[in-house]
Amino acid sequence: MAAEKMSLAKALNESLRKALDTDPKVLIMGEDVGKLGGVFRITDGLQKDFGEGRVIDTPLAESGIVGTAIGLALRGYRPVVEIQFDGFVFPAYDQIVTQLAKMHARALGKIKLPVVVRIPYGGGIGAVEHHSESPEALFAHVSGLKVVSPSNASDGYWMLQQAIQSDDPVIFFEPKRRYWDKAEVDTEAIPDPLHAARTVRTGTDLTLAAYGPMVKVCLEAAAAAEEEGKSLEVLDLRSMSPIDFDAVQKSVEKTRRLVVVHEAPVFYGSGAEIAARITERCFYHLEAPVLRVGGFHAPYPPARLEEEYLPGLDRVLDAVDRSLAY
Amino acid sequence: MTVESTAASKPRRSSKRTGATAAKSASSATSASSAKRAGKQPQQEPQPGTSEPQLVQLLTPEGERVEHPEYNVDLSADELKGLYRDMVLTRRFDAEATALQRQGELGLWASLLGQEAAQIGSGRALRDDDYVFPTYREHGVAWCRGVDPTNLLGMFRGVNHGGWDPNSNNFHLYTIVIGSQTLHATGYAMGVAKDGADSAVIAYFGDGASSQGDVAESFTFSAVYNAPVVFFCQNNQWAISEPTERQTRVPLYQRAQGFGFPGVRVDGNDVLACLAVTRSALERARRGEGPTLVEAFTYRMGAHTTSDDPTKYRHDDERAAWEAKDPILRLRTYLEREVLGENEAEAFFTALEEESDVLAKRVREVVRAMPDPDHMAIFENVYADGHALVDEERAQFAAYQASFATELDSGSAAGPAQEGK
Ligand SMILES: Cc1ncc(C[n+]2csc(CCOP(=O)(O)OP(=O)(O)O)c2C)c(N)n1
Repeated sequence: MAAEKMSLAKALNESLRKALDTDPKVLIMGEDVGKLGGVFRITDGLQKDFGEGRVIDTPLAESGIVGTAIGLALRGYRPVVEIQFDGFVFPAYDQIVTQLAKMHARALGKIKLPVVVRIPYGGGIGAVEHHSESPEALFAHVSGLKVVSPSNASDGYWMLQQAIQSDDPVIFFEPKRRYWDKAEVDTEAIPDPLHAARTVRTGTDLTLAAYGPMVKVCLEAAAAAEEEGKSLEVLDLRSMSPIDFDAVQKSVEKTRRLVVVHEAPVFYGSGAEIAARITERCFYHLEAPVLRVGGFHAPYPPARLEEEYLPGLDRVLDAVDRSLAY
Repeated sequence: MTVESTAASKPRRSSKRTGATAAKSASSATSASSAKRAGKQPQQEPQPGTSEPQLVQLLTPEGERVEHPEYNVDLSADELKGLYRDMVLTRRFDAEATALQRQGELGLWASLLGQEAAQIGSGRALRDDDYVFPTYREHGVAWCRGVDPTNLLGMFRGVNHGGWDPNSNNFHLYTIVIGSQTLHATGYAMGVAKDGADSAVIAYFGDGASSQGDVAESFTFSAVYNAPVVFFCQNNQWAISEPTERQTRVPLYQRAQGFGFPGVRVDGNDVLACLAVTRSALERARRGEGPTLVEAFTYRMGAHTTSDDPTKYRHDDERAAWEAKDPILRLRTYLEREVLGENEAEAFFTALEEESDVLAKRVREVVRAMPDPDHMAIFENVYADGHALVDEERAQFAAYQASFATELDSGSAAGPAQEGK
């Protein structure tokens, strides 16, 4: 197998399979990951092929899942845990923030915590509450954690394996509404580094920076803007902690305008961090303030309102217009 | 102390361990009364050598009334008919909601099929001033509380996150994060006790939820503060794809012992037993004797939710075995055989059938007519005292929405004006 078209869900499944295959220390843990293959079927068939000792159905207890994964990691395993939905990571938040993130530093670097926490996140699938949230900033704010999110199948395949190989804890956010989007995956390629941003469309008038589910929206916005004669560059940040500021800076020095787009609430969100850093780095290059497009300071709304809440083409283009009007 | 052979795939090891812990905790139970209660529990034990757990049962699957030394109910024919009616209408409502999901009117539905007796039995044991903390499948309990069933559907349709005022029926909002509400129930019950009131609180949760830290913590708090709360666990055998054995190696009701309060396992498909056991637990709470764990041993006959595919993890014959224990059928048999005369029975069942149809029709109509919320609802009730940022974002969003309206208006205004020329 070299290049093949597959969905993000399938790519993640293949990636886990590869990881289980190559490293006997890799374990998959979570609720319903075994026979059911996870509620999104990301672990489909893995228990059948690798057994209950490698692909472990856990009790319904997120704090327990992450806490025991920490113990397994201390014992030399590389657990990849699945949190069923974004809103259900919070029972485990204590373990992630107070323990997983800090142990390496407390142990003077003598122990490693190669734990990956996979979290399907974001909205757009018409779900009930706690099934559509974007809590990435809450994790990125915590030192000791790395936070990444693929936006397509190829990155899903490669970034997950890189996350598993990382000796640091990685919070791996999977954009659930992109699970079924297909893309070319070259399983023999040499992948980009895990924390490098990627230019997914070049342009000269303005930079759109996004990650995860919003990359596709930004590409659509750029295509629409082109029809109006505007040339937008789109960056897929891929990693929220660390952030590849060099790549953003390089792009902004060229386009002189930046709009950051994410689903999470704008207030205290990752856009705020990017805006602040880029303002500092590119103060003399910027023709307009860095603008942000994202969610409101309100609970993620019921499904029938999510289209209003989620940044779509119009809201991105609105921000583009505002930036260009400076 | 034996462990059900069905509950442990490695029975030898776990029975040795659980035996040791349970014995220790029983002797260190916090109060004399709970130790006494706990001491009574051996009658709940599975009989050695059988895998069938002993349940409190008052109505057998064959529809025969049986006696239990500790629990009983003495119901009039009307009361029995009432319980039957509750179960039938709840099942019909549930079936209608499932159908509405299939027709695209609801985004999701969590069916209670098979759990009617557990919910109606416990729900009808409650007094008006008791307070209920449900999870997301307690449609039958909501029914008993007088919550309009159509109110339950807004959340599943995606037009709201709740849909009712918890205080108008003492029925709290559905809770989706597993186990959270058991702590709220405990805190509420602590408040009830502080107030010197004699009402009780009941918290519903599943066998899967029993693994959550919150549930263990609620057991601890309720025991330590002697809170008037009843923990009603519907063990429907599955937490999505995971069987109860994946959550516990001892029968769930036995867990209460370790926390210092009684636990009892009831036939969750027997509405009379559920009523009797819950009533007794609520009375105990009212008397100031603290919490009780009731494990209603039942079965989820359908999928976990409409998004779930149970064929991936369980066999059809399992459902068939449980169908033979159907909670509605057994009460019907009993009513027909022992309570109602032939003519009365026919009239009653026919009238109920008609009532079900009317309910189903109303549910359909109300759901289809449920409007989508206004855009600005996003900003409603975010804070009780308001928040400057929300005000700012609300104004910006309104202006943004209005910009589309102006574009459209100016477009359509241009049309007729030109025609007029
Ligand atoms: C904290 C948390 N983790 C995961 C989920 C996803 N989830 C929803 S229902 C469910 C199974 C619940 O099983 P159980 O407690 O036995 O209740 P049942 O649905 O069987 O009534 C799971 C894992 C959730 N809602 N909350």
